[in-house]
Amino acid sequence: MSEHENDVSSRGLSSLDRSNLDLETPEKPYLDSNELIINMGPQHPATHGVLRVILKLDGEKVLGTECVIGYLHRGVEKIAENRTYTMFNPYVDRMDYVAAVSNGLGYCEAVEKLLNVEAPPRAKYIRVILTELNRIASHQLWLGTHALDIGAMTPLFYTFRDREEILKIFERYCGARLTTHAFRIGGCQYETYAGFEKEVKNFLAFFPPKIDEYEALLTGNRIWLERTKNVGVISGADAIALGVTGPVLRASGVKWDLRKAQPYAAYSEFDFEIPIGENGDTYDRYMVRMVEMRQSLRIIEQAVNGIPEGPIMGKVPKVIKPPVGEIYHSIEAPKGELGYFIVSDGSTQPYRIRVRPPSFVNLQALDIMVRGLLVADVVAVIGTLDIVLGEVDR
Amino acid sequence: MPNFIMSYLGSSVTPGEAGNQFWALMYVLIIFAGVSVAVMAMNWLERKALAHFQIRLGPMRVGPHGLLQPIADALKLMLKEDIIPAEADQFVFWVAPLIGLLASFTVYTVIPFGPSQAVSDMNIGILFMLGVSSLGVLGIVVAGWASNSHYPLIGALRSSAQMVSYEVAMGLAVVAAILMTSMKTGTGTLSMIGIVQSQQQQGIWFIFKFFPLGLIAFVIFAIAMIAETNRAPFDMAEAESELTAGYHTEYSGLRWSLFMLAEYAAMIAVSSIAVTLWLGGWMRPFPNLLHAPAWDFIFSFFPGLTFLALAAIALIGTARMPSHSFFRIQRIGLAVFAALLGFIALLLLVIAVAGRSADASLAARFNEGIGYVYWFVLKVAVFMYLFIWYRATWPRYRFDQLMKIGWKVMLPISLGVLMVTAIVGVLVK
Repeated sequence: MSEHENDVSSRGLSSLDRSNLDLETPEKPYLDSNELIINMGPQHPATHGVLRVILKLDGEKVLGTECVIGYLHRGVEKIAENRTYTMFNPYVDRMDYVAAVSNGLGYCEAVEKLLNVEAPPRAKYIRVILTELNRIASHQLWLGTHALDIGAMTPLFYTFRDREEILKIFERYCGARLTTHAFRIGGCQYETYAGFEKEVKNFLAFFPPKIDEYEALLTGNRIWLERTKNVGVISGADAIALGVTGPVLRASGVKWDLRKAQPYAAYSEFDFEIPIGENGDTYDRYMVRMVEMRQSLRIIEQAVNGIPEGPIMGKVPKVIKPPVGEIYHSIEAPKGELGYFIVSDGSTQPYRIRVRPPSFVNLQALDIMVRGLLVADVVAVIGTLDIVLGEVDR
Repeated sequence: MPNFIMSYLGSSVTPGEAGNQFWALMYVLIIFAGVSVAVMAMNWLERKALAHFQIRLGPMRVGPHGLLQPIADALKLMLKEDIIPAEADQFVFWVAPLIGLLASFTVYTVIPFGPSQAVSDMNIGILFMLGVSSLGVLGIVVAGWASNSHYPLIGALRSSAQMVSYEVAMGLAVVAAILMTSMKTGTGTLSMIGIVQSQQQQGIWFIFKFFPLGLIAFVIFAIAMIAETNRAPFDMAEAESELTAGYHTEYSGLRWSLFMLAEYAAMIAVSSIAVTLWLGGWMRPFPNLLHAPAWDFIFSFFPGLTFLALAAIALIGTARMPSHSFFRIQRIGLAVFAALLGFIALLLLVIAVAGRSADASLAARFNEGIGYVYWFVLKVAVFMYLFIWYRATWPRYRFDQLMKIGWKVMLPISLGVLMVTAIVGVLVK
């Protein structure tokens, strides 16, 4: 076994070189003091599903990690090749199942772009409202599980209680709570139900005190600060080099949000801010997401007040048959850039669909974020990356 | 009745000191049963209180308001398959939970529930207590080692480092309290009963002694004792989100429940030390200000009134239960429970009245004893509630941060408190 240059202090791009993570373990003498190789997952309370992380430890210090994924692989992209464009729509909900609405939005907009049709303004507004509600729901789930990983049990129950209000709105809108299938190619299938606007407005009034409640439990908490500050630091340059997007990128000080950078749906019409962090540590990512929830409320408020009347479906042919060509369209999902690359051969079924899931790309930052930290931080960093294994494995 | 039973009654020292082995054995049995019941009650209370912190109901199905849940759990754990991993060191694996259990139960021999309500009054009581309770770490280390698995090993290593480092600060805080016992009388004591009696003589709980020195020492002890018992936010050893279940990952069934029993018994034990050293042990509030016999009479009603309040709560619960016939058995069960509590309350109130009428009678002594045990248990119960509250509120410290606090914060403070206490003590004298 070669001597490792375990220069744990330099966690820059140089440490991206995986060659020093030598997972081959030759025969060792009894009572050796070599590194400990430990399997975290796929059945582990804190790996958010079926992620398996192989940790190489020196005592409690992490020398290297290797993520093993694929336990939840369902071949979503392959399935797409055997379904029509319309039939594939519900499948995308099953990737990031806590942000199904965002997935649907990304797919529908990509196909619309390919068809060269546009959803009517009312549909766009409904899409924005539901997507932003979904962003809040996704962040709530992230907050609860992240806090639970760090040992605070109670926020989980508070966030789930309040997430229920959002799920109720989804349920009344489209009948489903989780895998919503809320949008159709060309617009929305359902008109808003009676009282939709009132319920959304009620939620706008109901939710800010709840965010204060979460923050009262965590933000100023000494233990929380110690567990999150300067933990899992990733610089903006590293984050960009790794393709990391979403709140993880923004916490590193890079102001990149597709809602502003490449406005889609009706986002260009709303006034909102993009929170960014400074240090790129777990605490900054926490704060970025907390502020994002409040900003989402701002967007929803503007959208629900300015929702125009009109049709909800654009002029889409009965049989969707896009012209030959390819398209890449990406949106800002709660976890980062969610992109769909669709190749059309002119038939009713896509020739190839490639999804660029934010969780999958963000997950590869895990290694450089946790090197030199302790086992407990691995859990905190997995939580802060906000991965959903359904999306990582697809 | 045989002489060896009767001769002890009316004595004002512990059975151990009186040399009465029959009553010593009786006390051991009573305490063992009492602690076991307390652990069960604590189990239920923790789940209920934690649930209510977290806007849940907690156990509701087994018995009215889940009152029988601990019993059902105990039965389930006993009936579970006894698994010993093939790679484990069989004998050590078997013996590890027993070590922990033994350590946490042996401590109770010197805990004074009253001036004579203890198994024995050892002259080195507090040393014995700290020594034996720190044996508990041996059970954890051995369990982690014997499991021959990675997660338990890391859990055990964390736990041993943590317990050893917090014992230092804890010990120094205890020494500060022991120094205080020597104030007034000139000679200090290590006896648990002696420590409470010295608080009685000086007319002050040690938490208020040399304000704020006693308070600081108490706070240090209160923090160290959470680390010592591996409870949140210092539950490194069993951090479920990191190490699945820490040192008892490989344990199941009865062995696992022995670990839990040991943990809860240890929690009660360390809380008892805190109560004895700083909160006046068995003494009722303000014994020096409100010392008229009338006050004694009033305070002797507290145990009965507490049970009356519990009975009232149970009655309200019965009344609020849905009237559907599905709930009939539960309603009856809760009503019976309320009646039982009410009966105990009545009994205690009768004793309180009877104990007043004839001084130095058996009833009076009984009344006195109930008062001692009641106040002691009440103070310990406050700590138990705090344990639950901490768990519901705080995230978990990281291992290195825990060690940093232990060595760099708590140890210097406790050393400082010790020295200042010594200096102040000499100056005051």
